[in-house]
Amino acid sequence: MLWATHLVDEVEPDDRLVILHDGKVMAQGSAAQIMEESGTESVKQAFNRLTKGEEATLLQYLRCLMGILAREALRFLHQRERFFGTLVRPLVWLFIFAAGFRSVLGVSIIPPYETYILYEEYIVPGLAAMILLFSGMQSSLSMVYDREMGSMRMLMVSPFPRWYLLFCKLIAGSLVSIAQVYLFLFIAWFWEVEPPMVGYLLVFPALLLSGLLLSSAIKQLENFAGVMNFVIFPMFFASSALYPLWRIKDSSVLLYDICRFNPFTHAVELIRFSLYGEINWIALFAVVGCLLLFMAGALYGYDPARGLMTRKQGG
Amino acid sequence: MRLFDSTCYRLSHGSAIGLLTAFLLASPGLQAYTIYVSSEKDNTITLVDGETYKILQKVEVGERPRGIALSKDGKVLYVCTSDADHIEVLDLETLKVTHVLPSGPDPELLVLGPEGRFIYVANEDDNMVTVVDTEKREMVKEIQVGVEPEGMAISTDGKWLVNTSETTNMAHFINLETLEVEDNVLVDQRPRVAQFTTDNKQVWVSSEIGGTVSVIDVTSRKIIKKIGFEIPGIQKESIQPVGIKHSQDGKLTFVALGPAARVAVIETGSLEVVKYLLVGQRVWNMDFSPDEKRIFTTNGVSNDMSVIDRERLKVKKSVQVGRMPWGIVVRP
Repeated sequence: MLWATHLVDEVEPDDRLVILHDGKVMAQGSAAQIMEESGTESVKQAFNRLTKGEEATLLQYLRCLMGILAREALRFLHQRERFFGTLVRPLVWLFIFAAGFRSVLGVSIIPPYETYILYEEYIVPGLAAMILLFSGMQSSLSMVYDREMGSMRMLMVSPFPRWYLLFCKLIAGSLVSIAQVYLFLFIAWFWEVEPPMVGYLLVFPALLLSGLLLSSAIKQLENFAGVMNFVIFPMFFASSALYPLWRIKDSSVLLYDICRFNPFTHAVELIRFSLYGEINWIALFAVVGCLLLFMAGALYGYDPARGLMTRKQGG
Repeated sequence: MRLFDSTCYRLSHGSAIGLLTAFLLASPGLQAYTIYVSSEKDNTITLVDGETYKILQKVEVGERPRGIALSKDGKVLYVCTSDADHIEVLDLETLKVTHVLPSGPDPELLVLGPEGRFIYVANEDDNMVTVVDTEKREMVKEIQVGVEPEGMAISTDGKWLVNTSETTNMAHFINLETLEVEDNVLVDQRPRVAQFTTDNKQVWVSSEIGGTVSVIDVTSRKIIKKIGFEIPGIQKESIQPVGIKHSQDGKLTFVALGPAARVAVIETGSLEVVKYLLVGQRVWNMDFSPDEKRIFTTNGVSNDMSVIDRERLKVKKSVQVGRMPWGIVVRP
């Protein structure tokens, strides 16, 4: 059987291989043989070296990132309903849920706030993090969609390493959800949630870090497909998004500890403090630390060719 | 020049304190002022910096200090020490109580006459308003009013003194020339505070239990309007209007709503509530900064003072100022 492909990830060491370029046979033999002859460690590298004679340059990396960003932006333009649809959820929380709990707070002043605040003001950073969380989930789903539609295959043909492609995807997804957060903050401003102007600027890096953290955490969960819902909702509720932690401590110390170690709590607090022009160092370290951890895990576990292999073997 | 000075002020901040003080003294544009707060439970007057809102000092005074007023020359503070049954005179340079003035029992609130010599005190326990001469340091007259006199307002033209009595539910109009009660106006239950508008044409009286502010026309002594309050999510019984403060330009009036933890902002002209601002628990008295860009409130139960930005009508900050803060006065 002859199998023609650009997806060199599909190749196994024992496969006999012919590499064609511009109508010429560049190499043939077993995969292991070709790797040895070209002095490379993977078929992909060998393929790149034999067909192009060079590794991708920095400029090409940048172009790849721009390409993925452009694709994500295009997807957003084509699916405006989804973009606004994800805004409906936090707005419902802000307009309806928060209105019902208006007088719940106002008992004590908690940093970064300098005076008494209404509940609406309290939950805005939590709802911003909620947008990131659910967008992370959707962009994760969109990767499944990509895989099925074959656009992921197109990506895999590119000479860039997988981790870089995934990283670009996560950045692109986060940027789109940050656009949603800004729109949400704009609407909240008319609801008299008016943080200082510098906060709107400072919150950007906080949102990017949190966005990356949440989407890479979700990528981890993807490996355990079914548990997604079991994890995401508790993650949201067992956090400081909807109620200050001292409130939780009043009712259950155990729950308080769970909330304190929940990375989502730190993402919320990082956003909350930076929105009011301050830096919460503990939250910042927690978010960066978890981000590195989850990102490493996500990159390690990321196999875009999954599903393709089985099909190949089956057929 | 003013701009230059304030820039320098910011630049020198933290680097050279000596230079900073020099600029502070040199620049008339800078609004350096001190806020004085009486703490009912601590028996102190707390001095708060008007720029940084940091506590500068706490001065011990007699038992249960409540109403406080600045003398006309701004050099001394008159303090109603209710449980000590007299008024203490606090020298603001030395921060020492120099002498006491007789006031009759349980003085709660006092106002200073426009001439600056006489002070008028409400004695809650014996149904009197006492007139005290600050120069001779003696009581001039006691005027019989209703039961539990409380609120005191004086018109800047020197014509009227208005006292409210909590139990009789009346605003008593006292002629300042004769020192006799000339008229009484029935208002809603438990009138607490009275305040003349800056043009002296109206006097506003807040009724704590009635939950309203009655606007009384001074010439006809008729109620023009009773202003009611409604805050979503707050029970009507908790809305207890107390302190009233009119801005000098006659545009806005601020009414403290006690346990509702809100300050109502009212357009003085239209008598309509435009906004409610969330502050600490049991907000009571208020005062403006000298430039009227800030309003400070004392919040008795949450033991703090809230700072309101008048331009944006937003609460900027709340700072702890001692237990049960009651009276508040800003000294330029």
